[in-house]
Amino acid sequence: MHKDHAIHVENLTKMFGDFTAVNNISFQVDKGEVFGFLGANGAGKTTAIKMLIGISRPTSGKANVAGYDVKSETEMVKKSIGYMSQKFSLYNDLTIKENITFFGGIYGLKKSVIKEKTQRLIDELGLNDVADKPVSSLPLGWKQKVAFSVSLLHDPKIIFLDEPTGGVDPITRRQFWNMIYREAHKGKTIFVTTHYMDEAEYCDRVSIMVEGKIEALDTPKNLKAQYKVDSMNKVFLKLARNIE
Amino acid sequence: MSITLRNISKSYGPAKALNDISFNVEQGELFGLIGPDGAGKTTLFRILTTLLIQEEGEATVAGYDVITDYKAIRNHVGYMPGKFSLYQDLTVEENLNFFATIFDTTIDENYDLIKDIYVQIEPFKNRKAGKLSGGMKQKLALSCALIHKPKVLFLDEPTTGVDPVSRKEFWEMLKRLQQKNITILVSTPYMDEAELCDRIALITDGQILEINTPHSIIDAFPKKIYNVRASETYRLIQDLESYPNTHSAYPFGEYVHFTSRHSNFSPEDLMTFLKGKQHTGIEIFETIPTIEDTFMELSNTNTLATNA
Repeated sequence: MHKDHAIHVENLTKMFGDFTAVNNISFQVDKGEVFGFLGANGAGKTTAIKMLIGISRPTSGKANVAGYDVKSETEMVKKSIGYMSQKFSLYNDLTIKENITFFGGIYGLKKSVIKEKTQRLIDELGLNDVADKPVSSLPLGWKQKVAFSVSLLHDPKIIFLDEPTGGVDPITRRQFWNMIYREAHKGKTIFVTTHYMDEAEYCDRVSIMVEGKIEALDTPKNLKAQYKVDSMNKVFLKLARNIE
Repeated sequence: MSITLRNISKSYGPAKALNDISFNVEQGELFGLIGPDGAGKTTLFRILTTLLIQEEGEATVAGYDVITDYKAIRNHVGYMPGKFSLYQDLTVEENLNFFATIFDTTIDENYDLIKDIYVQIEPFKNRKAGKLSGGMKQKLALSCALIHKPKVLFLDEPTTGVDPVSRKEFWEMLKRLQQKNITILVSTPYMDEAELCDRIALITDGQILEINTPHSIIDAFPKKIYNVRASETYRLIQDLESYPNTHSAYPFGEYVHFTSRHSNFSPEDLMTFLKGKQHTGIEIFETIPTIEDTFMELSNTNTLATNA
């Protein structure tokens, strides 16, 4: 594996019975890159992500994430990555503080570290006033920001974000992307899926999956030039179902 | 009028979900409720479909009062909730038959209305609803909401989490339904879908920010808006935030949308500022605002005007 690659995927395939969900995909993501992983519903994105984060075993092919093999070094992969899903995954009945403490414990951080990180995180998010309120009382956009911060607690090298901004209001959506940029700036690798095509433009490079295969992979600028259109939305529409 | 709302308010404990909402939807209109999660859209749908009683105000649907005539309303509206709520253990065909039967009709009687949509899932009519893909579930739910030929169709976030291609197809279906003189009230968090509606209400925190045609809303944007680009986007956003003339700077795809505090703003001044910050590849040119620009402008300046 090239040492500058955060993710290195070679001929990765996943079959369920005789259905091929992910069909022989290969790509690399550089360290510090914001990589957009796009595709229509059912194109195989979630299956591919599950293999990369070590919770689904590939049928064939290789994937190396943060320097570890997803098949043989699954536990090391999990320790090196952060993951945040579209489905809100913090405990609604716990307060913001309790959630952070709980997940810090899960990640095996020391008590003193958890305490310090919890306070710093709450300060950064400007959530001091509501830190002792149940998470359920927060608006969705804020919840997602907390969830993102929690996924960073153990200082992972790569962060997987699966539709982090679905349904979030436009201002908070942009604040969220500011947090993404900030982490990328610090050298973290970001692997993100989204259905907002304007967000696809914020990525350094974008891949588009169609029926289990990667049909396109390049910078947003090059993709638009290649398909002779002026937005990523149009690139997506052209590729994903040949609408014209 | 197909839907009327006058001074509707609803709270859940101390939280005000809807605050003095008034607007009308005309017969055959495709009307969009545009706002983020938590804006109050679902509460509004539940009041109009007689599943929830408002605390204040009055509302009618298809000429019936939502409180006194709730039974009549239920016969004349179709409702597709945000959460998939068909019977997962019944097949596609069984679900559709079930809804036809409880409304005292048959699939054949109104097949014409759903044909367009149903043919796409008919090959899977013996599959259980729980085993359908997201896009197919959505088409089945719409078919079930239409099977009794409703006068008014309520669609609560039908396209949330749906990819751009399927969203486009869904809106094309809505346009065809509208031609059959069905009034449609649809909510969405995707601001780009707003432009496909006849009229829209921008809603946030239980209040209406603005109601008008998408065009008029865009035309009423109070400021000149500029596309700004430079080689390093993250640094550009940070520097724009520290630029003294900045009123707003929001990333929009490959550009940052910039508005100035001053009406006599000159792009050359910004160019000089950015060059001073060692930016390269700078582009600044005027562009057309979008619904999303308006939404952010209105929610920021908090011109939470008393509703029209």
